[in-house]
Amino acid sequence: MDWIQQLGRQTLDSFSAVGRATYLLIGALFGGRPNLVKAFPLFIKQIYVVGVLSLVIILVSGLFIGMVLALQGYTVLIDYGAEDSLGPMVSLALLRELGPVVTALLFAGRAGSALTAEIGLMKATEQLTSLEMMAVDPLRRVVAPRFWAGVVSMPLLALLFSSVGILGGHLVGVEWLGVDHGSFWSIMQASVDFTDDILNGVIKSFVFALVVTWIALFRGYDAIPTSEGISRATTQTVVQASLAVLGLDFVLTALMFGN
Amino acid sequence: MTSRKVEISVGFFVALGIAALIFLALKVASAGVSGSGETYTVYAKFDNIGGLKVRSSVKVGGVVIGRVETIHLDPEDYAPVATLAIDKQYDNFPDTSSLSILTSGLLGEQYLGLEPGFIDETVTILSNGDYIEDTKSALVLEELIGQFLFSQGSDD
Repeated sequence: MDWIQQLGRQTLDSFSAVGRATYLLIGALFGGRPNLVKAFPLFIKQIYVVGVLSLVIILVSGLFIGMVLALQGYTVLIDYGAEDSLGPMVSLALLRELGPVVTALLFAGRAGSALTAEIGLMKATEQLTSLEMMAVDPLRRVVAPRFWAGVVSMPLLALLFSSVGILGGHLVGVEWLGVDHGSFWSIMQASVDFTDDILNGVIKSFVFALVVTWIALFRGYDAIPTSEGISRATTQTVVQASLAVLGLDFVLTALMFGN
Repeated sequence: MTSRKVEISVGFFVALGIAALIFLALKVASAGVSGSGETYTVYAKFDNIGGLKVRSSVKVGGVVIGRVETIHLDPEDYAPVATLAIDKQYDNFPDTSSLSILTSGLLGEQYLGLEPGFIDETVTILSNGDYIEDTKSALVLEELIGQFLFSQGSDD
C-alpha cells in the first residue's frame, strides 16, 4: 500500500506544482494594471543582468562551435569534393538547431540558475514577504521584469550566437582550410531561406526563452526557504530547463521541418 | 550614474542583436535582394518535370533571370505546368524560345534553362501570361535506362 500512496502523492505534487507555476505566470503577466513608467527601469536592469552579462559566454561558445563545425564538416565533405557546401552546412546547422538550442542550454546554466538563486534567497530572507507587507505585489515587482527580460534577451542572444558561429565557420573554412570565399557565401545564400530558416530559428528560441525563464522563476519562487532548498531549486532549474528545451526542440523541429 | 551605464550597455546589446538579424537576413539568406524587383509571369507545360521545385531558378546562359513560382497539374490533360516569375528587366524574349530542365553538376539541383529563339516578323515577344510552347522535359534516369535496355534487346 505504501508505494501506491507514494505514487499518489507524487502525482498530486506534480499537478499542484503545475498549478502554482501557472498561477505565478498569470500573476506576473496579468496581475493588475502595468505601470510602464515604474516598470521600465526594472526591465532594463534585468536585461542587463540576464542578457548583457550572458553575452561573453554566448559569443565565445558561438565562435568555437562554428569553427568546430567547419573543421569537422570539411574533413567529411572534402572526400566527396563537396567542400563548397561547407557554407550552407554550417549556417543551416547553426540557424535551425544549434543557435537556439545551445543558447537556451547556456542561458539556463548562466542566467536561469542565477534567477532561481536570487529569488530563492529573497524568499529565504523574507524580502518577498516584506514586499507584500508594503502592499507591493512581488509577482509584478520581482517576477514580471525578470520574465520579460529573459523573453526579450534570448532570441537576441541566439541571433548573435548564429552570426558569430557563421563568422567562425568562415574563419576556419575560408581563411584556414582554403574553401573558395565566393562559393562559401553564394551557395549559403542560395540555400538559406529567411522565413524557413532564420525566422523559424527565432520562433524556436522565443519558445525556449518562455520555458526556461518560467521554470527558473517558478523554481526560485517555489523553493524551500533554506540553504539546502535553494541549492536543490537551482539544480532543478538547470536540469528541468535543459530537458524541456531538448524535448520541445524535437517537437518544434518536427512541426517546422518535419514534412 | 550606474543606471546610465546599465542603460548604455543594454542599448548596445539590443543594437547588436538587431545587427545580427540584419547580417543573417542580408548576408546569409540574401532576403529581399533577389526577387524584390518587378516580375512578369509566363507558363510552361512539360511532360515530366523531374526534380524541379518551387523556387528553382530560371537561367539564360547561366545567369539567373527568374524563379519557378508554382507547379501544378493541368486539370485537362494532367500535364505539369510551371509558373515562372521572370525579372521585368529581361522582357524581350521571343516566343520561339525553348525551355529545358537541366541539372547543375552531376548531383546538383535542377533548374530551367531558357534558350532565346530567333526573331522575325511573325514572332511575338513573350509577355505576361504567355505560354512557352517549346519545352524539353527532365531526363529521368530510370526511363533512360529502360530505353537503353529496350534498344539493346531489339538489336538481337
